[in-house]
Amino acid sequence: MGSYDYRQYDYVTPAEQRRGKPERHPVIVVGAGPVGLTAAIDLAAHGVATVVLDDENRVSEGSRAICWAKRTLEIWDRLGCGRQMVEKGVTWKTGKVFYRDKLLYEFDLLPEPNHKHPAFINLQQYYAEEYLIDRAAELDEVELRWRNRVVGVEPGADAVRVSIETPDGRYQTECQYLVACDGARSSVRKLMGLGFEGRVFEDRFLIADVRMTADFPTERWFWYHPPFHSGPSALLHRQADDVFRIDFQLGPDVDAEEEAKPENVVPRLRKMLGQDKDFEVEWISVYRFQARRLEQFRHGRVMFAGDSAHQLSPFGARGGNSGVQDAENLVWKLALVLDGRAPEALLDTYDEERVYAAEENLRVTSRTTDFMSAKSETAQAFRDAALGLAETHPFARSLVNAGRLSVPTVLADSSLNTPDTDVFTGAMLPGAACGDAPVRVMAGHDDDGRDGGWLLDHLGGGFKLLYFFDGSDALLASSRATMERLAAGDIPIDTIAVIRADHDPRDATLIGLRVLLDVEAVAAQRYDARAGTVYLVRPDSHVAARWRWFDEEKVQKALARATRTDAAPHGTDRRPLAEVK
Amino acid sequence: MAFTPGRLRDSLGIGAPDDFYEALIKAHEGLSEAESRLLNARLVLLLANHIGDDAVLKEAIQAAREGVAGERD
Repeated sequence: MGSYDYRQYDYVTPAEQRRGKPERHPVIVVGAGPVGLTAAIDLAAHGVATVVLDDENRVSEGSRAICWAKRTLEIWDRLGCGRQMVEKGVTWKTGKVFYRDKLLYEFDLLPEPNHKHPAFINLQQYYAEEYLIDRAAELDEVELRWRNRVVGVEPGADAVRVSIETPDGRYQTECQYLVACDGARSSVRKLMGLGFEGRVFEDRFLIADVRMTADFPTERWFWYHPPFHSGPSALLHRQADDVFRIDFQLGPDVDAEEEAKPENVVPRLRKMLGQDKDFEVEWISVYRFQARRLEQFRHGRVMFAGDSAHQLSPFGARGGNSGVQDAENLVWKLALVLDGRAPEALLDTYDEERVYAAEENLRVTSRTTDFMSAKSETAQAFRDAALGLAETHPFARSLVNAGRLSVPTVLADSSLNTPDTDVFTGAMLPGAACGDAPVRVMAGHDDDGRDGGWLLDHLGGGFKLLYFFDGSDALLASSRATMERLAAGDIPIDTIAVIRADHDPRDATLIGLRVLLDVEAVAAQRYDARAGTVYLVRPDSHVAARWRWFDEEKVQKALARATRTDAAPHGTDRRPLAEVK
Repeated sequence: MAFTPGRLRDSLGIGAPDDFYEALIKAHEGLSEAESRLLNARLVLLLANHIGDDAVLKEAIQAAREGVAGERD
């Protein structure tokens, strides 16, 4: 009996199949994994109805993606299921790197306090999927269709025709846009005959989920040349329910099937955990690293997100996390285009931004792999030199590469950014994902007195303007009308005033502004803000533009740039959703 | 100048360590073992000359030698 009872979902003959008359859905998402479900739930948050197709009717087997990064938790929080993940998951932020039987160094991924979410949680993918499915089931806009296998995709000029096979046979449907989140072996990608180019690394890795009671701390432990294993490396992670993930690097010349047999895995674990330790092996898998991607993530009305678009080696936890960010990047753009408020060209920027992110993730993870499975004697000598120096010469720790853990890509070169014209320092440059800070919300005229609020709870979903404010009449008088116009625009921008705790927020609340008190002055510091500083933040919480002074024309121009509405008129494809269905 | 122990830099001096490491390994691609050794030797000489501080070089040679098998006691 394993630690987890795999959730199964009932197959129901789709009403559309029973009727035998294809409908045209705004969006079909293929694949009910973490990426597809994130996309569907986020689309619902934007009011877009989605059909999610999955060829199975249960959550995925084995722990698979386990390390969920801060940015992913922030996204899931906005979608209404982040808290559940954090509560069930195992929170961690520190790691240790060992060389043989010696501790080389420790690292801390979130050394500063004042963030709502931890650097990482470890949570088995089946739990993440279960919670996302539960959340999706609460939403009228999401229809989950289990055991619906996509067997044909025909992208057309104004719709995508999709053939689906269910236990009741085949049926046809249509959608305006199809989002393929169907994993590394994407059937949509294959049906469209798209190449998936890159590298396959020779080394084999064995991963096992092991259930046991052990007093390992909740840290990421990585060994080079572990004393308990003849291969070059090993990795240990604690997950929920006392399940541990253990990775063994096996090297290139092994028989994968043979290695995955329990009689070969158990002795390895005994050597690592001790001969008298009780444990239960729940799942074993042997795999090779892959580093591949589609050349383009947008193919007309078909978009690829997550592993279907890019496959990364797992050290660094960049696969699942970057996939969730793909989904968030795409969804607000799709919603604006479907609604006729932005031109289709905005979807090209999904390709631009997420190919850029995938390139970064491929580069970073491939470097880790090259370090871990150094091929030539020279590469091995440099690796051993770095490892040997690291204990006594701290600089060499930066050369040791045991995985560079997932952080959101700064979309610094994005064509949606408005380049700085004012002088700023710090990390919140255009294209960066917004940093967090503790805030207290002013309710009406009164401080609600409640601590524990966070800046990121107020960002995302739509365009937001963060207005760092000192409560002075002069600033307020000149900007009130502007803020009202921005809120009433075709693509509305909500202004949020961020006020230092020692300034008077009453004037701002009087005109109905949402006011956040920067209780620890962390927001001002992280955003390098002074009184008058303004940030335009995208619906995916990335910075679009920033200035030292609130200028309506500049904000409008930056909004137009961030939504591609500054290009040619796009009135022709303006078509309300209601007419489409 | 007198030899002052501890002058060899131990904290990180390389701006982008992963970039550097990748470039270093890439430079060896397609070379035989003998050629790789020669490349490394040339690199050491170039960097040593650039550093140009005799005390630092002496200390670096010592530190490098200490961690090599056969020299451990």
